[in-house]
Amino acid sequence: MPKVVTDVTCPFCGTLCDDLEITVSDDNKKILSVKNACAIGAEKFNHTKEPGRVTHPRMRQPDGTFKEISYDEAIDFTARMLVKSRKTLMYGWASTSCQAMSIGHEIAEKVGGIVDNCATVCHGSSLIAIQDVGIPSCTLGEIKNRADRVIFWGCNPAHAHPRHMSRYSIFPRGFFTVKGHKGRKIYCVDCRHTDTARVADTFIQVQQGYDYELLNAFRTAARGGPLPDEIGGVPKEKVYEVVEELKTGRFGVIFFGMGLTHTLGRNHNIDIAISFTRDMNEFTKFNIIAMRGHWNVTGSGQVLSWQYGFPYAVDLSRLDKARYQTGETTSVDLLTRNEVEACFYIATDPGAHFPIAAMISSSKKPTVTIDPHINCTTEISDVHIPVAMVGVETGGCAYRMDNVPIETRKVVDPPEGLLTDEEVLTRILNRVNQLMEEA
Amino acid sequence: MSEFLIKNGYVYDPSQGINGERHDIAVKDGKIVESASSGATVIDAKDKAVMAGALEIHAHIAGPKVNVGRWYRPEDKLFHSYKRGESTRIEGGFSIPTVFKTGYEYARMGYTFAMEAAMPPLYARHVHEEIHDTPIIDEAALPVIGNNWFMMEYIKNNEIENNAAYVAWLLRQTKGYGIKIVNPGGTEAWAWGLNCLTIHDPVPYFDITPAEIITGLIQTNEFLGLPHSVHIHQNSLGLPGNYTVTLDTLKLAEGHTAKNRFGRKQVMHSTHLQFHSYGGDNWGNFESKAREVMDYVNRQENITIDTGNVTLDETTTMTADGPFEHHLHGLNHLKWANVDVELETAAGVVPYIYSPNIKVCGIQWAIGLELALFSKDPMRTFITTDHPNAGPFTRYPRIVTWLMSKKARDDQIKAFKYSDKVVDATEVASIDRELTLYEIAAMTRAGPAAALGLSQNYGGLAPGMNADIAIYNFNDETTDPAAIEKAYGNVAFLFKDGKICVRDGVIVDPGMKHTFWVDVKVKENKQVMHDVREKFLKYYSVNEGNYLVPESYAPHQHVIALDATQ
Repeated sequence: MPKVVTDVTCPFCGTLCDDLEITVSDDNKKILSVKNACAIGAEKFNHTKEPGRVTHPRMRQPDGTFKEISYDEAIDFTARMLVKSRKTLMYGWASTSCQAMSIGHEIAEKVGGIVDNCATVCHGSSLIAIQDVGIPSCTLGEIKNRADRVIFWGCNPAHAHPRHMSRYSIFPRGFFTVKGHKGRKIYCVDCRHTDTARVADTFIQVQQGYDYELLNAFRTAARGGPLPDEIGGVPKEKVYEVVEELKTGRFGVIFFGMGLTHTLGRNHNIDIAISFTRDMNEFTKFNIIAMRGHWNVTGSGQVLSWQYGFPYAVDLSRLDKARYQTGETTSVDLLTRNEVEACFYIATDPGAHFPIAAMISSSKKPTVTIDPHINCTTEISDVHIPVAMVGVETGGCAYRMDNVPIETRKVVDPPEGLLTDEEVLTRILNRVNQLMEEA
Repeated sequence: MSEFLIKNGYVYDPSQGINGERHDIAVKDGKIVESASSGATVIDAKDKAVMAGALEIHAHIAGPKVNVGRWYRPEDKLFHSYKRGESTRIEGGFSIPTVFKTGYEYARMGYTFAMEAAMPPLYARHVHEEIHDTPIIDEAALPVIGNNWFMMEYIKNNEIENNAAYVAWLLRQTKGYGIKIVNPGGTEAWAWGLNCLTIHDPVPYFDITPAEIITGLIQTNEFLGLPHSVHIHQNSLGLPGNYTVTLDTLKLAEGHTAKNRFGRKQVMHSTHLQFHSYGGDNWGNFESKAREVMDYVNRQENITIDTGNVTLDETTTMTADGPFEHHLHGLNHLKWANVDVELETAAGVVPYIYSPNIKVCGIQWAIGLELALFSKDPMRTFITTDHPNAGPFTRYPRIVTWLMSKKARDDQIKAFKYSDKVVDATEVASIDRELTLYEIAAMTRAGPAAALGLSQNYGGLAPGMNADIAIYNFNDETTDPAAIEKAYGNVAFLFKDGKICVRDGVIVDPGMKHTFWVDVKVKENKQVMHDVREKFLKYYSVNEGNYLVPESYAPHQHVIALDATQ
């Protein structure tokens, strides 16, 4: 009899929906159907069935081809690489469990690695801004229960966080929001008319690169100050009108994404968005939430913070202290300046996301990638260690974009013989300890 | 397991009334025993003070707001990231240390237990992940319930039994220890940007008052017979003139009697009282009302308090009192972080500098000390810094020094920029009392252990008790303030569960920490289970099935099982 696993957490995006129902075959080997997930989430579960899954570690040969090796060989290679290298970039972590991260950090502390996560090319600028000005925020359930003014600024949940709008931000009926979306005013600020803009009551088209100016105008308008006729392509009347509407709301929230973090101004855009939010608390209740991407990138920031006090780009290469300096200990900068001696990638695909110069530098270094799948990064690695998919074939703790921790579940068995991230990392740690004792 | 004999030490154990007498303490298999065999390792404690491991009753050391404090203040790590010794992990942070540093620092001071004072239930898993990673010390966490929607609805309808069933369910879900109340009603009001500043301000929509919440939760706590009493952070924290609200709140305990099997006598623990003992009506005429508050506390046997001593450091304030942090940000304009938590609570974080050059900070410093010095019952008065709110817990050695030495206090008063104004607004300069090691042991060991319902096994040195023992390089003859501070900050030995974890202030063993939580059995309650189901279906953003913190998150769990079905 096929069985249904309920309360399954989706290991795709930072929305971390935890209401999926997955039907699996009675031998626990095959996913038969996925309920409640968005198209991307469903695919994450369904593609476990796809043929061609790598089930053995692979090592690159001199002719460029890969040869299957045993886990023992792969782990020995990795441990030796880590012990030999004085400075190893240990990047990724955004798609694995907090428990696995913890083991990884212990390895990094032993061998002097630099632990960095996807925030480095994503919401790192948000984190910098928060370190400058703080952040008034709330959980997503508060939005559902109370928010009547919702702004999407430089983000497009319709594509990137597909169930965000139905679970938390636009459509749900909550305790004080019994009319659902009819009781909410939805604003979308973007330089393009996105699919999120289509469901907004008001779309504000800001000229590309003028978000800071527009947010500054919002702050000014909130304080009743004068504005030029037009700000970033938006007439001042519009700004006054929107800010007035926001003030009359009971509970407002700004969601922001890459459109703010990685356009001109970067952390300064977030800084002023937060400052505007803070100002609005003089008039009504206002919060702001970063639309975190990878499902557990938030978790990596959390674990690094409680262990070392920094949310990303943690340099442990001094062995006796943790350092953190954006631009210095961040992955892309380390790679482009050729400062690391080896690369260790896990649970993320920098090959697909980093600037080409960084990956050219990376490709010349000894590299190990731990990932369930073949991706751009495995193809420039010396060793690829396949693992079970966290959130599908093994469980572990994850943190949602609002920092709420939720357990992911094991739904099906991984292909036979495949180890989990935790198992692989534990074995690497043990081997590192052995090698260091021998030395 | 190994066997030890601690010889020739001066023993301070208020739980047995032992005041500085020479006693040998034998340890076997993690417990204190009557006598040791000849094979026992002998520890020479000549001229040293031997006390039970200390218990921290109120600190913010694990969880979401603590971690916000850590990562949004990289500056807190400047000059404070290092590794000591061979066996330890990298330590970091000053006012909000990393989990590793937290465990090590407590151990170095002779602490073996710490209570995380505010766990938002929705974030319980996070709290336990951090507790899991904190070495050596035993820990427990109090879920914040004082603004919880279930609770407010039950208490409004006077359904104490339902509320008790809900609290029992919540403790099991979150692996929690007891009932924490923070700014009752005020934090829910904060979700709309409002507050409740007296105990009679109605909570918006829920139409219940802080006084009703507190009374209802005291009744709930005693209905269940929990090891700890309600643990309350009162309304109107940190505002001039708030001592009247404090007295109003404390009076709510009158007429209630503790019902439990743990020997706990109080029905209310009033925490960080320093922040609640303010007179005046603005920062200009701000003054101490510690005497008025302690006069009341001294008379009421069913109240315990902790001090919340200001340590005069740059620190990071954090509390589930969301509106207060917003207010504080308005005062100092430093970066403000806030998180409102659906159906449950909120929290805010703001850095703060308690400067000896600011009059108000000096007065706050004096009030914290006055509370302890005016206390007639050290078994009901505990030393805390409300870490990190009034200062980091790593300053306990300094606070103990101020309490034990009038000279140390006078030196500090002289060092204030506005000494005269501080002296005028307080009584600290005229107090001659110097606390003894026996009284310090009561305030940090026997007292908090009794208040937490743990006095059977912790906080004392009687045979049969857990072998958590701190040995310090000082005794009642030590009068030099610097020597007291140094000794209290670097134990000669710390035994945890009968194993030496610290020797001469150096961590030698990672210990085996335990997570304490309370599992209460209550009668099956269909109404409450229905309410839980409904609220998760309609209002929470996580599924009911994902709310539970599994036992695997509580390492070497120490479950206190209760039966409240009778």
